[in-house]
Amino acid sequence: MSEGFSRPVAGHVPVLRLGDVLLVTLQGDLHDTMAHQLQQDLSETIARSRVRGVVIDISGVEMVDSFLGRVLAEIAAQTELLAARTVVAGMRPAVAITLVELGLTLPGLRTALTTEAALELLAQPIVPSRAGGVREESP
Amino acid sequence: MHTGAGVEARLPIRSDMDLVWVRQHVRQAAAGLGFGLVDQTKLVTAASELARNTLVHGGGGLMEASHVTTGGTDGLRLTFSDTGPGIPDLDRALSDGYTSGGGLGMGLGGARRLVHDFAVESAPGSGTTVRVTSWVSRPPRPREDA
Amino acid sequence: MPEHDTGGTLGTPEQEVAGFLRRRSEQIAQRWADEPLFRTVFTVSRDEAVEAGKVVADALAQVAGTQRVEDPDAAGFTGVREQLARMGAARSRAGLSATQVSSELAALLPPVENLLVADLEGVEPERLRECSTALSVLMGTLRLVAMQTALSEVQALTDRQRLQLLEVATPVIKLWDGIVAVPLIGTLDSARSQVVMETLLEAVVDQHARFAILDITGVPTVDSLVAQHLMKTVAAARLMGAECVVSGIRPAIAQTIVHLGLDLGTVKTRASLADALGYCLHELGANIVNAAPDGAGRR
Repeated sequence: MSEGFSRPVAGHVPVLRLGDVLLVTLQGDLHDTMAHQLQQDLSETIARSRVRGVVIDISGVEMVDSFLGRVLAEIAAQTELLAARTVVAGMRPAVAITLVELGLTLPGLRTALTTEAALELLAQPIVPSRAGGVREESP
Repeated sequence: MHTGAGVEARLPIRSDMDLVWVRQHVRQAAAGLGFGLVDQTKLVTAASELARNTLVHGGGGLMEASHVTTGGTDGLRLTFSDTGPGIPDLDRALSDGYTSGGGLGMGLGGARRLVHDFAVESAPGSGTTVRVTSWVSRPPRPREDA
Repeated sequence: MPEHDTGGTLGTPEQEVAGFLRRRSEQIAQRWADEPLFRTVFTVSRDEAVEAGKVVADALAQVAGTQRVEDPDAAGFTGVREQLARMGAARSRAGLSATQVSSELAALLPPVENLLVADLEGVEPERLRECSTALSVLMGTLRLVAMQTALSEVQALTDRQRLQLLEVATPVIKLWDGIVAVPLIGTLDSARSQVVMETLLEAVVDQHARFAILDITGVPTVDSLVAQHLMKTVAAARLMGAECVVSGIRPAIAQTIVHLGLDLGTVKTRASLADALGYCLHELGANIVNAAPDGAGRR
């Protein structure tokens, strides 16, 4: 928490396009409307353009509650339907511990330590058993 | 019970923007009282869950924060109150997976696991009050789940 | 000298005592400055001791004024807790036992009582008795607050040391680029598990470790609580994008796990630390050449 306390951000979360991957960087404290807006923006962008994957960097996020957790899970499920993959990158230890304690282990979510690791992961062909850096739980 | 500076507050919960203020206040108050990073995050997350309950189910309300001490240990107490319809079946509301709108059904039961003390008062028609307290640098409360 | 309502009708006895403490705080502090508790702690000058005494007297006046002479949690005590803790600590360092410190605190009452009797001269005996009772209750509460504060200092010290011990007992070892391990030794209780979890996850971030190995060879027993903690750690690591492997499950422990019907669920387990390392290296794409028949196995 180097940058002190987060300030609320207003408007849209910028979505960056890197080749066939969309990169979203979440920072600070996201309010509900913005999270919903992002979810909508992403599915529209994916549907419009051929995108192979989405990386959501949450290393700047100090808290994920059940609402934001659900939004992340829904984004992942949506992109899956649109034949793309979502990787959530850079979750902080305190955030991960809290989510687990809260009871939200988000089993279907792909995760990576960093944005680079996430991009690497998306570059790999989809072979579930040999996906490095990512755990996907079988139901 | 003693009062501490910068902790005491009454914050309205009327919109999702207010949730942001609630989280930031709790974060600052917890940091000021000396909570560690993980405990701060737990408390902020619990506050976010409870404030959202107040907003979504209680039709809006209020969060009160206060500094409490017991035997020299500092704590942060948060009280969320609304005058909404109340919770008809508390046991069910506290069980995981129960939800009556939005979220993953982790609201009350999940928030309870993130704090040391948890109390809820509610009756149909007379609103809901949830009071949570966490203490600085105390080992996690004993596990109560089966 | 401030006016004194000689009628003695200053509200309740507590309020009367509050008024007295306020009026006479200077004199009270002067007397206290000669008592061992103040004299030996505030050694710079007598004025320093008097100043400290006044702070305590003012706090007592405030508590009495709010009618809470019996309440060690009364708001009025807040300001003097730290000072009382320092005084108590200084006396303990000087070699006094808790009981001795307590009787030094008790010795603060008589001088104030004498002043009270002198101050309330002419007041009905019944009223005086009530005020005197209120004062001694108040002084008793002060003693309680001082002892409580001293004890909580000791408690805080113990807690800090325990925490330090926990951290020392939880070394994180980097085994390879991208692989960290924690060898756990001893019993895992709730507090320790929490520290282990945090330490391991911090190391995952610092070392960019895609794999974290929790080796429980040195853990005597695994019960449902420990199993739960292991699963939580694994789940948290996964959320961060790392995989956590639990190794060192001795046959006896494996048996217990089965007996208790514990579900380690999705936790990846390996018999030994070597096996776990082998698995992680393989997953990282490192090939192990010339593996001995019973060396690091590949999954």
